Amino acid sequence: MSLALRLRGVTFGYGHAAPVLRNVDLDVQQGEFVAIAGPNGGGKTTLVRLIVGLEHPTSGRVELDVDNVGYLPQRAQAGIDAPLTVRELVTAGRASRTRLIGPLGAADREAVRAAVDRVGLAPQADRRLSTLSGGQQQRAFIAKALAGEPELLVLDEPTTGVDVEAQEAIAELLQQLRSELAMTILYVSHEFGAVEEFVKRIVLVRGEIVFDGPPSALPGVWHDPSHTHA
Amino acid sequence: MLDLEFMRLAFGAGIVVGLLAPAVGFFLVQRRLSLVGDGVGHVAFAGVALGYLLNLPLVLTALVVSVIGGLSIEWIRARRRNAGDQALALIFYTGIAGGVVLVSAAGALNVNLFQFLFGSILTVTRSDLAVIAALGAGALVVITMLYRPLVAVVVDEEGARVAGLPVGALNSLTVVLAAVTIALSMRVVGILLIAALMVLPVTAASRVARSVSSTLAIAMTIGLLSVFIGLTVSYYADLAPGGAIVLTAAGAFAVAAVAARFRPLARP
Repeated sequence: MSLALRLRGVTFGYGHAAPVLRNVDLDVQQGEFVAIAGPNGGGKTTLVRLIVGLEHPTSGRVELDVDNVGYLPQRAQAGIDAPLTVRELVTAGRASRTRLIGPLGAADREAVRAAVDRVGLAPQADRRLSTLSGGQQQRAFIAKALAGEPELLVLDEPTTGVDVEAQEAIAELLQQLRSELAMTILYVSHEFGAVEEFVKRIVLVRGEIVFDGPPSALPGVWHDPSHTHA
Repeated sequence: MLDLEFMRLAFGAGIVVGLLAPAVGFFLVQRRLSLVGDGVGHVAFAGVALGYLLNLPLVLTALVVSVIGGLSIEWIRARRRNAGDQALALIFYTGIAGGVVLVSAAGALNVNLFQFLFGSILTVTRSDLAVIAALGAGALVVITMLYRPLVAVVVDEEGARVAGLPVGALNSLTVVLAAVTIALSMRVVGILLIAALMVLPVTAASRVARSVSSTLAIAMTIGLLSVFIGLTVSYYADLAPGGAIVLTAAGAFAVAAVAARFRPLARP
């Protein structure tokens, strides 16, 4: 299996402040589903922003071996209040795969429809995004990322403010995407209980990587108590 | 009223302004940059003053200086986190102060600046209308052609950046379009009030519309109606048209806000 991404000796700080991340080494194989967890302020979001190219390391290097990246930013940063339908949102995710100028072609419209279908929002496709539940909104944003046919999907706190049931539905959807589309998925959350049963690997970030391994090897105090599994 | 050529010219320019201002304003409002139009408007005043000083066409100098001002705001905003309001303040005050100094230097403090600040139905000439129509149509064509990537940036700027869209260029294009709108609108609405015509119809439409396309359609309709009603009132009541146009748009917002309370958003 080949690498989807590789970080070597990555250190990053904002301005002259102390580094948020220190000397991070990380390899992710293509097709892996990795949960990135850790306390608030521990550097999880900074880590994925470095991976998707929104920040650049102060030292070290980030290498991606994928052509298309889908990125779901934190809810607070996304345009949920904008007057737009689910279909318009997902169409926006297709912009990277089409000509910049002119209307959407038939194949692209079909890709948008398929992405909406895949997350189970076909009946809500023409509803305004702000009228949907938090879980449905997050699924709409996942559809937006899927419309760009990414090989690497990065989700930053996709379940914040979403109830436990919806969190688990999103986790199942992601597991489906990984198994059916062989997509590499990085899932950032401080509430990782919902994905714990699907991922084979959890990376804990607290200024540096303090744990990298299977959930079964995770020290008990770090398990997420909001989810219980049989 | 339409027997008079100056009113026909004012309405001709008004049609372009009424359609263009909300169309451009949508992309500013949804990115929470509603006050950029105001900032660029203040810079346009410096452009008008420069026109007096150099004895050049005022629309041209206002356009060039507005584009420079708009790109400066975007440049500062894009490079310094959370510096958007500071960038606006800097450009606001530099623009208005520069305008006063340039007008003084041109010995033109005695000219009727009021017409540029708040609009005047008497000032649109045939050549103005030709320039306004050509540039306005050009701006609307650009928005139509780049509609999808512009919306993608509005919806999720960071997602668009990660996906490889030229976000910096699209954001710069948006402020250039705002600068063009302001320069074109100064005869009809005035440079201190045009920003309101970019923002109010869009905020009104956002309260009742379900989609981007319906928001744009409703906002442009409100813009057009505001210009028609405002110019008509201004003619019969002898008022500055800018104020009448913007008050009409503010009335449309009030109606939309009430309508939104009685018509919950958006289930098909």
